[in-house]
Amino acid sequence: MGAMFTTIPWASALILLPLAGGMICFLWPRMVNALGLITVFATALSVIGLGWQIINDGVYHHPIGGWGAPLGIDLYADGLSLLMLSMTALVGICISIYSTAYFKREHTTRFWPLWLFLLGALNALFLSADIFNVYVTFELMGLAAVALVALAGGRDALGGAMRYLLAALLGSLAYLLGVALLYHGFGTVDIALLSQRVEPSPVLWATLGLMSAGLLLKTALFPLHFWLPPAHASAPAPVSALLSALVVKASFYILLRLWLEIFEPVVDDKSVASLLGLLGAAAVIWGSVQALRQTRLKLLIAYSTVAQIGYLFLAFPLAAAAGVTAWSAAVYLAVSHALAKAAMFLAAGNLIHFGGHDRIADLDRVVQRLPLTAGAFALAGVSIMGLPPSGGFIGKWLMLEAALTQERWDLVAVMILGGLLAGAYIFKVLGYAFTQADITHESKTVPASMEWAALLLAMGAILLGFLAVPVLSLVGIGDPFGVSEVRP
Amino acid sequence: MSTAFLYALVGMGLFSLGLYALIVHTHLLRKILALNVMGSGVFLVLVALAKRTGEIQPDPVPHAMVITGIVVAVSATALALTLTLKLNEETGRAELPDEQRESH
Amino acid sequence: MNWDAWLPLLVILSSLLPGLIIFALAEERVRLRTVLNLSGALIKLALVGWMLWGVYNGNHYETRLALLPNLDLVLRAGPLSLFFVTLSAVLWMVTTVYAIGYLEGSPHRSRFFGFFSLCVTTTVGVALAGNLITFLLFYELLTLATYPLLVHRGTEAARRAGRTYLAYTIFGGALLLLGTAWLYSITGTLEFAPQGGFLNGIGKEHHPALIIIFILLIAGFGVKAALVPLHGWLPKAMVAPAPVSALLHAVAVVKAGAFGIVRVVYDVFGVEFAADLGVTGPLAWLAAFTIIYGSLRALFQDDLKRRLAFSTVSQVSYITLGVAIAGPIATIGGVVHLVHQGLMKITLFFCAGNLAETLGIHKISEMNGVGRRMPWTMAAFTIGAFGMIGAPPIAGFITKWYLGLGALEVGQDWVIFVLAGSSLLNAAYFLPILHRAWFQEPPDAWPEEHNFGRKETAWALLLPPVLTAILALAVGLLVTLPFSPLEWAKLIAAREFYQP
Repeated sequence: MGAMFTTIPWASALILLPLAGGMICFLWPRMVNALGLITVFATALSVIGLGWQIINDGVYHHPIGGWGAPLGIDLYADGLSLLMLSMTALVGICISIYSTAYFKREHTTRFWPLWLFLLGALNALFLSADIFNVYVTFELMGLAAVALVALAGGRDALGGAMRYLLAALLGSLAYLLGVALLYHGFGTVDIALLSQRVEPSPVLWATLGLMSAGLLLKTALFPLHFWLPPAHASAPAPVSALLSALVVKASFYILLRLWLEIFEPVVDDKSVASLLGLLGAAAVIWGSVQALRQTRLKLLIAYSTVAQIGYLFLAFPLAAAAGVTAWSAAVYLAVSHALAKAAMFLAAGNLIHFGGHDRIADLDRVVQRLPLTAGAFALAGVSIMGLPPSGGFIGKWLMLEAALTQERWDLVAVMILGGLLAGAYIFKVLGYAFTQADITHESKTVPASMEWAALLLAMGAILLGFLAVPVLSLVGIGDPFGVSEVRP
Repeated sequence: MSTAFLYALVGMGLFSLGLYALIVHTHLLRKILALNVMGSGVFLVLVALAKRTGEIQPDPVPHAMVITGIVVAVSATALALTLTLKLNEETGRAELPDEQRESH
Repeated sequence: MNWDAWLPLLVILSSLLPGLIIFALAEERVRLRTVLNLSGALIKLALVGWMLWGVYNGNHYETRLALLPNLDLVLRAGPLSLFFVTLSAVLWMVTTVYAIGYLEGSPHRSRFFGFFSLCVTTTVGVALAGNLITFLLFYELLTLATYPLLVHRGTEAARRAGRTYLAYTIFGGALLLLGTAWLYSITGTLEFAPQGGFLNGIGKEHHPALIIIFILLIAGFGVKAALVPLHGWLPKAMVAPAPVSALLHAVAVVKAGAFGIVRVVYDVFGVEFAADLGVTGPLAWLAAFTIIYGSLRALFQDDLKRRLAFSTVSQVSYITLGVAIAGPIATIGGVVHLVHQGLMKITLFFCAGNLAETLGIHKISEMNGVGRRMPWTMAAFTIGAFGMIGAPPIAGFITKWYLGLGALEVGQDWVIFVLAGSSLLNAAYFLPILHRAWFQEPPDAWPEEHNFGRKETAWALLLPPVLTAILALAVGLLVTLPFSPLEWAKLIAAREFYQP
């Protein structure tokens, strides 16, 4: 049994299953909900299979068709990839269940193929071993995501989608130019080979600039976040959840990989890392303040994403002296944010479905009338605020630890202030969830699957607070962060 | 070497021109065109750099990349044009609408 | 041994599980909810009793789960933690009965009792926490669990009070997080160490940082312990239903803060090291100032609950004062006040709730002659009030006696003046109430009277204050019995704070 389990090429299945599922959805539009769900669950099963392989045999490396680098396409998976894939699978399942109830009949036939393509692209991205492949997956991901945003129709959604598309394409082109220069300079697109060959040179600096700019634009790091709030706030709720939870994490993941494998070893200068940290700090403050100012729930959540992305970049200036701790913190924050933010957007979707609006001041006793949804929002909020016990707390604690051991008081202050501001905007929502609104709206019932999907994700974010030891040891497989650091 | 380098420089120039146009123009069709010009610039760089020093045969890998890139660019342009048309139907203008309004 | 390792966790679960089930119950399942509540409370009491006996005989109970690499979630039952656990368990039982009576027929009771159970769960977690990060975890959870109780009524005033509460507590939590993480980055451990803390032998170069950390931690706990100037939320939180106020003031929130201060001074820094750093002196002064300030403010409140709230501000700082005086006898006085203040203050709040529920009385000026209409309630109130003033033989007297002796023992004579001044002020704001209640003529009609037949009020409302009043009297009278709070506080001091 074990042997059979390990010989199946799970990694290929992770890419092929959703892509094939997406095609099939076009063929049988009437059964699209069932087909979609089956595909998503089968994909999740493949993640478990791949996880089994990685835990037993270590890092997974697979040249597709036997070609191998530098000519063929390679798949590569270590602990970090596995964590990202698991995050995608988990969030994907909950959002899929939610979507079967959320979308009207005529929208399901468009939603499912697009979402499955997006899933395939995400999985392929997390398994990519070469930088050109990453470009292709970026484009597949971007086009699917833009189409998903446009699904809601109307002025806001179309405008948000267009803005998003332009930003995504611009980011991709900058990245592709970087790929061209890297290939020219070092003769390969394979990340592992590149990490052996790179050496400081003007080409490398140009690449670093181009690729970082492109990836930061895609990740929506302040001040390149302008496209995110309109797109994430105007999309249908499950799509907002996908975008905030998974899509922005994909480009962050690539940036992290490139930084660790290619740039960090040769870039002596601390200024790039400092700049990223500075932008991250600005994002935390700016995003939180903007979130606090919003009167509409979905915009508040979207700006909260801008702030939370900022936290991830605080790891860059800290990594030089506290590598493993800082990177573990960033990764833990990324995964916790994925679960919590997806839960929040789904909860917001429930509230909009229920009351027909998302004005925060008119939430009207939803604590009593929609307790599971309010609970989901509150639990997700705990993780976003970084209060214990939650995944967000673990991430923040590790990041604080990294900052304190280096006496980076500026970053410490940013993290504490960011937590306070998050507390302010989360409880602004929760406070109004208890009170009665001036005008009462007619309300519609919310299907149980939509409430539970949100709650499950939120509970996942809380549960992550107790799983730090196994998760961090899993991420350590293949040593993605290097071993440059001795823990205190 | 120098010819290839010249082509690469022209490619860089196209990329920058496109970037400038993308930022400056408000009409969506112009923005889409600007992105295509940028894309062509990148492809030109790729093709030019494929002719590496001292080799008679050009390197096929960048060519393969360019072909993939063109396919991607075509699909992206198609999506962008569709969105532009939809926006035009909705708002009567082929421009990005203002940021989302605070209240309905 | 196996069971011993899980007992602390079981104590937590005994209120957590009923709470979670209650959330899922429909509003009208009154009987099942009551059964769940009371059986949870009884199981908790039984478990606590078992551990009390075990710890008395030198046993050791500890649950340990990995939270982070090198950092565990630790629940440990020692003499000090059990002291606080017992207080919570007993008063939870009583308050649950009271809340069932108080909320009869009101909406959203499943939600209320769910969070009520969570609140006690987190308080017990705070009590059992064996290191600073576990403490922090439950301390923050306590904030989250109390918030829905505070805004329970869903009015605009409740929302505002909730916002004030959060503004203070989240800010305090952030300071605490910073202090804890900073301490960890210096020491690499956060495990509470009886008999002198875990900072022994730390290099001189860290002393300035440690002083700042001490301030951060005390400020973090001081928010909930309502140390001036961090007390602003407490009087505003009075919009909550009476059982919540009772719980907030006597068991959960302010006590968690005060308990945190005890932990920081004794089990983190160690009292001698803290005294060497020179931080206990200012803390004692701050506590003394809070005692006087709270009493002065209480003097001018006409709203009964607000007067009691400022009285809490003042009384809780006796605990801090006893700890900060830093002598063995004063410590006993401070620690024992955890229980004494709890018993007395919960009695007073129960009585205030009874007056409001039965007669619609909220203001002291409305209390003329109320003793004749509600003799039992006012008798309990009188015991509580005299205890607060420090009249022997009620609990409060014991506290003040030990605080005074302890201060003299270490040569801090000024404390005597604080104690005397505070007692005078206590008398000044409690005696007029008693005078009105017993010796003034009752009005022709009460503001909003409910009829309970021949009884003065419902049984579930009357029994709890009478019981806690008797307890407050009993712990004062029976101080020499082996399991009296005072004897247990001496045991704590001997085993955990000062080597014999």
